[in-house]
Amino acid sequence: MHILTQAAKYVFIVLMLLFSLMDYTYYARKDEEKRKRVLGSQISITYLTLILGFLIIFLHDRNLLVLFLLASICIYYGITLVLYRLIYPRSSMLLVNNMLMLLGVGFIMIARLNMDQAMKQFMISAGGTAVAFIIPVIIRKLKGLSKLRIFYAAAGIAALLCVLALARISGGAKLSISVGGFTIQFSELVKITLVFYLASKLSRDTSVRSVVTAAAVSAVHVVILVLSTDLGTALVFFVTALVMIYVATRNPVWPLAGMAAGSGASVAAYHLFDHVQKRVTAWKDPFAVYDTSGYQIGQGLFAIGAGGWFGTGLFGGKPQWIPVATKDFIFAAICEEFGSVFGISLLLVCMSMYLLIITISMTIRSRFYKLVAIGLGTEYAFQVFLTVGGVTKFIPMTGITLPLVSYGGSSVVSTIIMLAIIQGLYILREDEGEETLERF
Amino acid sequence: MKDSERMGFRGSRRESPGPVTDGIRPTPESGPLIYPGMEDAGIGSVIDEDPDYSGGFDPDGSDEGGFSGGAGHRADPDDIYGGPDGGEPYDDPDDEADGPDGDEERDRRRLRRINGPYRFIALAFIILFIMLMANLIRFNIYEKDAILNNPNNRRQNAQAERVVRGPIVSSDGVVLARTEVYGDGTEERVYPGYNVFAHVVGYTSRGKTGLESIANYQLLTAHNNIIDQIINDFRNKKNPGDTVVTTIDASLQQRCYEALGDRRGAVVAIDPRTGAVRAMVSKPDFDPNSIADIWDEMISDPSNSQLLNRATQGLYPPGSTFKIVTSLSYLRAYNAFDSFRYNCTGEFTVDDSTVHCYNNTAHGEETFSEAFAHSCNTAFSEIGLMLGTSKLSDTAKELMFGEKMPSELYSSRTRWQLNSSSDDIELVQTAFGQGKTLTTPYHMALIAAAIANRGVVMTPYLIERVENSGGSVISRTSSSRYRRIMSESEAARLTQLMETAVTDGTASLLSDYGISAAGKTGSAEYYRENGSMGTHSWFVGFTNPGNPDLVIAVLAEDGGAGSSTAVPIAAEILDGFIYD
Repeated sequence: MHILTQAAKYVFIVLMLLFSLMDYTYYARKDEEKRKRVLGSQISITYLTLILGFLIIFLHDRNLLVLFLLASICIYYGITLVLYRLIYPRSSMLLVNNMLMLLGVGFIMIARLNMDQAMKQFMISAGGTAVAFIIPVIIRKLKGLSKLRIFYAAAGIAALLCVLALARISGGAKLSISVGGFTIQFSELVKITLVFYLASKLSRDTSVRSVVTAAAVSAVHVVILVLSTDLGTALVFFVTALVMIYVATRNPVWPLAGMAAGSGASVAAYHLFDHVQKRVTAWKDPFAVYDTSGYQIGQGLFAIGAGGWFGTGLFGGKPQWIPVATKDFIFAAICEEFGSVFGISLLLVCMSMYLLIITISMTIRSRFYKLVAIGLGTEYAFQVFLTVGGVTKFIPMTGITLPLVSYGGSSVVSTIIMLAIIQGLYILREDEGEETLERF
Repeated sequence: MKDSERMGFRGSRRESPGPVTDGIRPTPESGPLIYPGMEDAGIGSVIDEDPDYSGGFDPDGSDEGGFSGGAGHRADPDDIYGGPDGGEPYDDPDDEADGPDGDEERDRRRLRRINGPYRFIALAFIILFIMLMANLIRFNIYEKDAILNNPNNRRQNAQAERVVRGPIVSSDGVVLARTEVYGDGTEERVYPGYNVFAHVVGYTSRGKTGLESIANYQLLTAHNNIIDQIINDFRNKKNPGDTVVTTIDASLQQRCYEALGDRRGAVVAIDPRTGAVRAMVSKPDFDPNSIADIWDEMISDPSNSQLLNRATQGLYPPGSTFKIVTSLSYLRAYNAFDSFRYNCTGEFTVDDSTVHCYNNTAHGEETFSEAFAHSCNTAFSEIGLMLGTSKLSDTAKELMFGEKMPSELYSSRTRWQLNSSSDDIELVQTAFGQGKTLTTPYHMALIAAAIANRGVVMTPYLIERVENSGGSVISRTSSSRYRRIMSESEAARLTQLMETAVTDGTASLLSDYGISAAGKTGSAEYYRENGSMGTHSWFVGFTNPGNPDLVIAVLAEDGGAGSSTAVPIAAEILDGFIYD
């Protein structure tokens, strides 16, 4: 058992490194056949990682449910890969591979920590992927998506107000609504409506008046989230709005003004809100407030430190000691048992994901979808930055999940939908390709 | 590569000009590129064209599955970028050279201009990602050890499952602790030095103390060859922990241990130039090898308190060693010792109380130096009254009385209670080291170390260096200044006083042995548990006053006068001992 986990930990690192490097060498392969081979290797690596990980968990837990879950995930991956090739042959298979790999790493870590959560995570991911299959069709067929800006704004703000009301009633503890055993976190879905609102508004008109309106609507989103103590999502929205306004107007004055306003607002929030102060204090010196707000970040750092470069191997560490290890702190748990080298490879995969999204935003011609793509990409990348930066004490902890990897139904579903939208854009771009350039 | 390929064209675009319907204004297309956004801010042309510039992520400009030509443009209002700017001149020389592709050349440039901010944003986020990775690397290189050694970190004990606790070795190469691994995999911590090093090396069962506690992380960390580590991982074999080399000099420690004999008490030896602790003995002691067997017995008999490290934790009245402090206070108030004269009758009355010199000796007419050398209580009573509570208090506090000691080992905070509301008798008694003041041998050694090191206390340390199992140095403690507690000239004046005490005073036994030293004795009276009066015997001083190299503090509980017990112990330790 020990030998297996010790051998496996190096295998995991090698597999993950190879996978992440393939994300980048893919483009160096010129001909189609070689590219297909890269994609095939990545799929094999994903399956190998998954099987090895679950095998170790099974040998440790001796629970047949583990094997059942492994089989279910393998089938789910198989169907997803085949369906994408059949239905959307022109979508980005690299994006699909990245998505499945990140989900897979999450499945292993969550199953190692909490089998029930892993089962739920699997069901919601599979369900989400199934639903998301229709999204590329919607994008291709529905031409009016760019005109629904009032709907996007109203739906987003209404949903967030529900969350705020809930937060007020439950004293800031509850930010989600439970429906049939699954909790829905509205702010995750508002991520999509906000981007669509901004893209719709700014693709039409970049006059001062329009930009100010867009900024004001975004500010309403952000303020409601700050009041609901969901600082992480508030920051993601803020940065996304800045980026979208900047690329739409191509005028750096807007983001600079936004950043100035944001800095002012941050200072104000620091003095006004207790929960903001606590996070900053815990970040400055987690061990000075170790008994209270510093405990979580302290445990996270102990975990990453214990893992070192190569990790302790699955079940070799104590990631269960980290509070909410499967959610906000999953990166620390991964670094503990898989090692920091694995963690860095994981970040490379996340970066490749971001670059795939940004590439589509630069190659597509539709102004609306250009903005949608960069908006979603910014949300993804900044969320990774906030969670990983928070766990590694690079920035204060904001309490946000690592997309696709962390446990959390709403987060996974909204990310899968975001990626399906991106796939829709890939297909749309291919349509456009018939009339335009292949570069940029 | 053909030009058309280099530019990435494969298809053609529609011809008919259309209206510009968004905020993007038509721009002249020839010549240098206007950097996006800057035109609005009134900034002129910024960068020159680079025809091979390819955007963002996609290094060769091609993409997923590629796409081939075709025609037709949807009249979708969303699709504004497909539309031309209208009214553009066709006279760009490059365009002309490209013939029919000139139109597309402009399209390309326009798209590139539009994508400028996208590239900028992409770059910014790539930098964020790289910062995350760099931060993780930085953490592993610079912060990991401190995090693992954090006292809140319970994970370090989990390390013991993978690492064989490393040995502790003295600075002169004697193994003080090592872990024996038996054939069946069980481990035993062995202390070849037995009782001699009991307190300073400590133990690991029943909690961790001494070096076993402060170096716990280093002992449980393996820095052996990474290949060996991987091989050991596979063979399910533990890695050997690092070796901690302490500053303790085993031969000096042995001397101190033997010199103290059967007495209860403590000896501390520190190198004043570096702060390295060279010896630390406390008695009564115990055998750390059999801690599990004798534990209950030791705990049940508090009168012996063998587990207490008396060097750092034993609190005693300083007795006449405190006259060093009073002398410094006097020096600060009057700038010199010369003008002081006192006639000692053997007793001194203040208010209704009388204090005596030790054994009621009458020292007669004396200078400051003589009063110090003979340890005259009545003279220092007079000095105490001259100084008053506030001056004496200020000096004592500067010399770390009542303050947390710089120490890796747990050490007691000394007690200083003189304040403005104290009466004269308390002031007088405090001035010659009785009263309510309590101190540790370690603290008195640090004061002597400052005098020996021209007024500066060096931060004391016990870990000289850490080596991996192969003997390569992993880390080395460099000595550092803790604090200056007196000026260089004050230190020199005090050294003169302490030299007189050795040459012509209460510590003259040292000169008889031919030992070159400066020091101060102390005979600290205290009440025994049965209520009778006892005397703790003190000596604090350092060798080679011209160039001091070793500070020692000796305390023998109930040993009588300093000159009769502590000084002979110091003499035995230092006689014939050549340091370094």
